[in-house]
Amino acid sequence: MTEWLQLLLTTVLLIVGGGLMLIAAVGVVRLPDLLMRMHATTKAGTLGAALTVAAVAVHFAEAAVTARAAAIILFIVLTAPVAAHAIGRASYFAGVTLWRGTARDDLRGKYDADSHTLASGLEGEQDPDDQTPSAR
Amino acid sequence: MIPFAWNVILAVLWVVLTAELTVLNLVFGLVLGYLALAIVQSQMPALDGYAQWVPRLIRFLLFYLGEIAKSNARVAYDVVRPQWDFHPGVVGVPLEASSDGEITVLANLITLTPGTLSLDVSTDRRVLYIHTMYIADEAAFCAEIKELERRVLGVMR
Repeated sequence: MTEWLQLLLTTVLLIVGGGLMLIAAVGVVRLPDLLMRMHATTKAGTLGAALTVAAVAVHFAEAAVTARAAAIILFIVLTAPVAAHAIGRASYFAGVTLWRGTARDDLRGKYDADSHTLASGLEGEQDPDDQTPSAR
Repeated sequence: MIPFAWNVILAVLWVVLTAELTVLNLVFGLVLGYLALAIVQSQMPALDGYAQWVPRLIRFLLFYLGEIAKSNARVAYDVVRPQWDFHPGVVGVPLEASSDGEITVLANLITLTPGTLSLDVSTDRRVLYIHTMYIADEAAFCAEIKELERRVLGVMR
């Protein structure tokens, strides 16, 4: 009974994980601009890899394997968003053009390449954080 | 962090005293330690609020896992269907979070949710620029980010 359940869980995790990574790959080919491709690779890729590693942990059902699987998932989850952020930011400021269907771009013109500062667009307003420092 | 360290110490003590080194016993020790800390927290300022913090953390984790599953399914469906209707855009969302740690955690959590990608924080740390794939309903999008931020701050403060 337990073995059967273990097999079922492993299969489901592998299929869903593999499917998500396949979708990530399809997204990289199909989506129209770099930022949207980053969406496909970081999210679906991260979850797909995490589910695959989880399947390994379920299959072996040993403390040593499970601990390593947990560490791998932790590091994937910690590093993937940072890499996506770095690549996305660099591409935007390097001038990669967005898809023509992009509905809105709040970031345009906010970056000063000389001083490396990024404006918030709220400079004129009083910062609510400064008014009530005792509130937190 | 300090109350959590106490919780772990109590759990390890439980495992040592019962001489049964299994994951289940360690979890049981954690639960016992949590209950013990919940009882004494009113007398120890260092533990203040820990009993309320743990259920908040668990609720946040469940909420976040649900969000990830929901939006992964949405993006996956949108990627594979023949005709898509994305409305991507870069949105500046005003930040409640103020410290480096809070902003880092929030930005990473936003990036991990499919459909949104944190691009950058303004130099004065008041606006987070997010690239999103669905901007059709702008108010709903901002409300979603604000909801996530509220929950993150509820756990981190």
